[in-house]
Amino acid sequence: MLKIKDLHASIDGKEILKGINLEVKAGEVHAIMGPNGSGKSTLASVLAGREDYEVTQGSITYKDQDVLELAPEERAREGIFLAFQYPVEIPGVSTTNFLKTAINQIREHKGLEALDAVSFLKEMKTKMKLVDIDQALLSRSLNEGFSGGEKKRNEIFQMAMLEPTLSILDETDSGLDIDALRIVSDGVNKLKTKDNATIVVTHYQRLLEYIVPDYVHVLYNGRIVKSGTKELALELEEKGYDWVKEEKVA
Amino acid sequence: MSLQEKLVTNFEAFEAGLNGHASLPIHSVRKEAIEAFKALGVPGPKNEEYKYTNLGKALETAFDFSRAPQKSELTSEQVAKYYIPELDANQLIFINGKFSQELSNIKSPKDQLVIKNLADAFAEDQDTIDQFFSKQADFKKDAFVALNTAFSHDGCFIHVPKNTVVDKPIAMYFINDSSAGQSFNNPRNLFLIEQSSEVTFLEDFNTEGDNESLTNIVTEIVVEKNANVEYYKLQNNKDTAYHIGTTQVYQARDSRFSAYTFTLNGAMIRNNLNIVVDGEGCESNMYGLYLLNGNTHVDNHTEVDHVKPNCVSNELYKGILDDKSHGVFNGKVFVRQEAQKTNAFQSNKNILMSDNTIMNSKPQLEIWADDVKCSHGCTTGQLDEEGLFYLRARGLSEESARAMMLYAFAVDVLSTVKLDPLKTFLEDLISERLQKDF
Repeated sequence: MLKIKDLHASIDGKEILKGINLEVKAGEVHAIMGPNGSGKSTLASVLAGREDYEVTQGSITYKDQDVLELAPEERAREGIFLAFQYPVEIPGVSTTNFLKTAINQIREHKGLEALDAVSFLKEMKTKMKLVDIDQALLSRSLNEGFSGGEKKRNEIFQMAMLEPTLSILDETDSGLDIDALRIVSDGVNKLKTKDNATIVVTHYQRLLEYIVPDYVHVLYNGRIVKSGTKELALELEEKGYDWVKEEKVA
Repeated sequence: MSLQEKLVTNFEAFEAGLNGHASLPIHSVRKEAIEAFKALGVPGPKNEEYKYTNLGKALETAFDFSRAPQKSELTSEQVAKYYIPELDANQLIFINGKFSQELSNIKSPKDQLVIKNLADAFAEDQDTIDQFFSKQADFKKDAFVALNTAFSHDGCFIHVPKNTVVDKPIAMYFINDSSAGQSFNNPRNLFLIEQSSEVTFLEDFNTEGDNESLTNIVTEIVVEKNANVEYYKLQNNKDTAYHIGTTQVYQARDSRFSAYTFTLNGAMIRNNLNIVVDGEGCESNMYGLYLLNGNTHVDNHTEVDHVKPNCVSNELYKGILDDKSHGVFNGKVFVRQEAQKTNAFQSNKNILMSDNTIMNSKPQLEIWADDVKCSHGCTTGQLDEEGLFYLRARGLSEESARAMMLYAFAVDVLSTVKLDPLKTFLEDLISERLQKDF
């Protein structure tokens, strides 16, 4: 589904990603772990099409398309979803409000008819239950005055509504209490099918007790320095990131 | 001849045409006003109040001021296209500044309000005129108020007696007919709203024809004790339309006054909104939204003078500027020593859509009382790129994301509108302007 080859990316002339290789197949869950500043969020941003980053080398193909040629909205319409590490506040725009437009533009892209108000609402109700989110929250200005947990649940709610094929969860667990973490993870797990894939970007191993990955990759200094199964996460938790750093140096 | 000399010459011609009207006591006010105008002169860039809005130069370039006032033959059908759709209102029509009884349509019963030509009120209601006319709008301070006062003749006097709720809004359509030549006029209004009464006004400015037009309007509003006045000003005029307007409000104890100013198009526009809050327990709201593109220049000057204690004033002006447009916001709040427990809030926010726009925002708070709650803030910047990316990452096209965010920015002010048909009308206009097609 997704193939990243020798990806180099920089911001303001500073190289952050220095040759990433990663392949994700349908039905898989990949965890990308790494210390702060290793390039995890940059990778997530580059996949979603944030324009601040310049890709200087390498390629990303997704469903046989050159992702780097696609605008952020085209990627979204093709089924790439990024759950933001820091969901943006947009005064005056409510989740309900923009999601309806987003879904219909995605449907239009796919040659489907627009969703009418009743079907949209019905869909919302179902997905709201999934992440235990209140309708009132979805009618408020996006993320304005939301708690940390509410912001992240709203991200997963949007993911549920948009039904992406490739979801990238950027530090979705950071700053969540255990109850919120459970709700968010449950949501993600319920959305998992054999046809979609998830990339979980995280700093903490804790999340992986709830969202069990098929593969774990350790990102350090802009490169994937270690890949393995979920046991790798446990080892990391035990030994700390210094272990990887030291190994790398050695 | 200089611009000032031309205008003074125009005044002399106007005076000569007044005939019997010149013998009324009000004429001495006109004469004082033209003297004040001569003394003040047309404001140039050195005048602090007109620093960013060089009306003198603009008017000198655009108008010759030598022609006789334009005749107009607009029919009621031609006028009707300017009506706000579905707005069931008393429709007052002003052609080239002159109140037209024939084209107007007054629906509210006579015991709710008196509407008459200002010139008629000068002749028939001398005591009321003596008491209220030109008592608030100070022609010694502002050259354009002076000019308007000197020419005061056209316009209307509206009187709402006490304990009266006027059942329909009063929609005033000012139409400048410049089809045969430039139109320049000085409409003057006086609204007297007596104790515990309620009324809604709308002033809407339009131009028929392609020549330049200039309205120099002054509206004085007297809001008596416990009365409630809503005042809308709508400017979606042609690129050739110049506008200078002063709305001068006097609020007595326990009264409420709200002004809503929507500026969507014009050549150069200067709006002065001045409120004197001269009684306890008053509430004053000032909302403004300006959507500027092309070369439009809009200057909103507001002034709230808190004279007495225990009052609230609340101000929110927002602007979206594109192309080479120029916006000016100057908001003054005075809190006098006696005006303890004043709550005054002021906010001006602007989004610049192009590198060629200019926005000058100047909030001014002057507080002499020591037990007050006052705040002001102004922000001017570009549309939030993070927000745009977020929406695009959800599948919205860049255009849709932009339109959605701009509309959300504007809706703050739009949502304050209480007249539903006007709100719908504005929503449609603004959606179209922001290319919001969802």
